[in-house]
Amino acid sequence: MKYSILFIFCLTLSLSSCADKDDPNYQYFPDMYESLAYETYQEADIFQNEQEAMLPVEGSISRGWMPYDYEDNLEGYDLAKAELKNPLVYSEENLKKGEELYNIYCATCHGKKGDGQGWLVQQEKILGVPSYDDQGRAITEGSVYHVMYYGINTMGSYASQMSEKELWQVDHYVMKLKAELEGKPERAFETEADNEKENEIETEAEEKEVATTE
Amino acid sequence: MKKVILRPSLFALFFILFSINAHSQEVEADSMATASAENAEAASSVVPGGDPEAGEKLFKSLCAACHKPYERAVGPALHGVVNKYDGDFEWLYAWIKNSQKLIKSGDSRAVAIYEEYNQTAMNAFPQLSNQDIDNILAYVEQPKPEPKVAVADNTAAGGQAQGNQISTDLILAILSFVLLLLVVILYLVNKTLNRFAEVNGVQLKSENEQPKKPLWKAYAENGFLVLVTAVVFLLGTAWFGYGYLMQVGVDQGYEPIQPIHYSHRIHAGENKIECKYCHSSARVSKHSGIPSLNVCMNCHKQISKVADETQAKGEEEFNVDYNAEIAKLYEAVGWDKTTQSYTGETKPVKWVRLHNLPDLAYFNHSQHVTVGQIECQQCHGPVEEMEVMYQHAPLTMGWCINCHRETNVKVKDNGYYTKIHEELSKKYNVEEFTAADMGGIECGKCHY
Repeated sequence: MKYSILFIFCLTLSLSSCADKDDPNYQYFPDMYESLAYETYQEADIFQNEQEAMLPVEGSISRGWMPYDYEDNLEGYDLAKAELKNPLVYSEENLKKGEELYNIYCATCHGKKGDGQGWLVQQEKILGVPSYDDQGRAITEGSVYHVMYYGINTMGSYASQMSEKELWQVDHYVMKLKAELEGKPERAFETEADNEKENEIETEAEEKEVATTE
Repeated sequence: MKKVILRPSLFALFFILFSINAHSQEVEADSMATASAENAEAASSVVPGGDPEAGEKLFKSLCAACHKPYERAVGPALHGVVNKYDGDFEWLYAWIKNSQKLIKSGDSRAVAIYEEYNQTAMNAFPQLSNQDIDNILAYVEQPKPEPKVAVADNTAAGGQAQGNQISTDLILAILSFVLLLLVVILYLVNKTLNRFAEVNGVQLKSENEQPKKPLWKAYAENGFLVLVTAVVFLLGTAWFGYGYLMQVGVDQGYEPIQPIHYSHRIHAGENKIECKYCHSSARVSKHSGIPSLNVCMNCHKQISKVADETQAKGEEEFNVDYNAEIAKLYEAVGWDKTTQSYTGETKPVKWVRLHNLPDLAYFNHSQHVTVGQIECQQCHGPVEEMEVMYQHAPLTMGWCINCHRETNVKVKDNGYYTKIHEELSKKYNVEEFTAADMGGIECGKCHY
C-alpha cells in the first residue's frame, strides 16, 4: 500500500509538470481552436513563399488611399520640397497626435526636441542624425513628408508604420520643432474654415459628417 | 592657390611638432597617449592644420549617417580620401560644401564618383568652413585604431565574471568538504564511545527487551491514523488532479526557439525603442503584427555589428553571437553589406507565434491599446527585460474577465462615450464604469 501511494503521488506530480516551455501545452478537444479561414499572418502551402500575406496588384488603388505622386529620386525630392504642402489643418488636435507619433517613431534618433540627439545617438548606436535646423538640408513640409514616405540614404521609409494622415500629423510637429530650434514665433492654429487646400485627404470632420448623414 | 603653396611648410612644421610630442610621450611610456598622438600625427601629416578631435564631433553629427571612416556605408569609406584626390583640398572643399553644384558644373571627377555610387546624392553642407572640413578630414585620416582596448576590456570583464563563479564554486566545495568531515568525525566518535562502553562492560541494551513490532504493523493496527492518512491522501489527489486539469491548454511561460535570436532586452530595454515603433499595427489593427523586415532595416542598414560589450555579454550570458544573428537578418532581406544594396533575393523569417488564442475568441489590440490605453506590459509582462520572449499571462478567459471587472473605461476625451456616460452617471450616481458594466463580459462581445 505504501508503494502504491507513493506511485500515485509521483504520477500526479509528473503529470502536472508535463508542460514544457519549448512546446505549447496539451489541449483537450480543440474543436474550434485552429482557424479554418486564413488568418492574417499565417503560413499556408498554397501561397507563394508560404506567406499568407500577399501584395496587392500593382497600380490598384484602395478606398481611402491615394498614391503618392512624387518619385523616389532626387528630382522627386526637389519637387516635393518645393511644391508639396501639408493638406491637414494646423490644429491643436493634429499637432498633439503628431507629437505622440513623433515620440514613438522619430524621437529615438532625432531627439524629443528634433536636435538630432535621440537616445540611440547619445549611445552612439546610430550616428549622423542632423538637427532640424540644419542649413544644408533646409527641410520643408514637402521634403519632410517625402523623406518619411520613401526614406533617404540611411533612414528607412515610415510609410509602413504610419498612414498618410499620420505622416502629415508628424510633419506638422516636425515643422513646429524646427521653428522652435530656429527661435521662430509659434504658428497660430488654424480652423477648418480657413483651410482650403488642393490635395485634401479625408479629415476627421468629414468622417463625422458622413457618420451623421448615415 | 596660395593655400596650396603654403601647405608644405605647414606640413613640415606640424610634422616636427608632433614628432617631438610623440618622442617625449614615448619616454613617459604612456602607450595610450602615444598611440593617439601617433594617430594624430599620421592624420596631420595628410591633413595639415586639421584637428582630429574637433573633426570627430562634426563627423559624428553630420557625416556618420552615410559614411564610416574605414568601411563602406551609403557613401564610400573616407579613410585615404585625401591621397585619392592627390591632396587637392580645393576640390574636396567644393565637393563637401555642395556636391550637386560640382556635378552640374561638369567636373569629371565629381561626375565619375556620382555614377560609381548609383547616383546617390550627397547632402550639401554650406555651414562648414574650410577649417571644419580640415578637421573632419584629419579625423577620418587617422589610422584605424586597433581593437586592443575593447578586447582588453572584454577579457578583463570575462575574467572577473569567471573569478566570481570560481569563488562561489570554491566556497560551496569547501562547505561540502567540511560537512563531510563532520559526518566522518561523528561516526568515528560514536564508534570509539561504543568500544569504550564494551571494554568497561556497560550494557547498552537491556537484555530482556521484547522483540519490537514492525512500524508498519503498528501503523496498520491504528485505525485513526489510517483514516487520517486516507483523508490526506484523497485531498492531495484532488488537489493535484484539479491542478493538473486547470493547466491543460494554458501556455503561460511558453518560450519557443525563434529562427533569429531577437532580443527584446536590447531593443526595448537598453535602446529604449518604443513598443509601437516595431509593433506599429497595435495602434490601429486587431493584430499587433510582427514587424516586417523593412522595419528592421530602418536601423540595421547602419548597424551591422553590435557594440563590443553587447557582443561579449551575449556570448557569456546567453550563448549567442549577436553579429551572426544580424547576418541572418541580412540574408533574409537580401542585403549585401559590402555593396550596401539589396540583392533582391529574399526569404521570409518564420517567426514562431507564442501568444495564441483559439479561433473562437476575438481579441482586438487597437481597442485595448489606443482606446483603453492599457500598457503593453500589463498583458505581455516585462518584455523589455526578456532576452527571449515568453508568454507572461495565461491568456485564459478568467484572466480576461477579471481585468474587465477591475478596469475602468477611459471615457474622458472620447466622444463616443459622452452621452452614455452622462446618462449612466445620472442614473447610478457614479463617475467610473468598468468594462464589465459596459457589457464587456457578454458572450457575444468576444465570441461573436
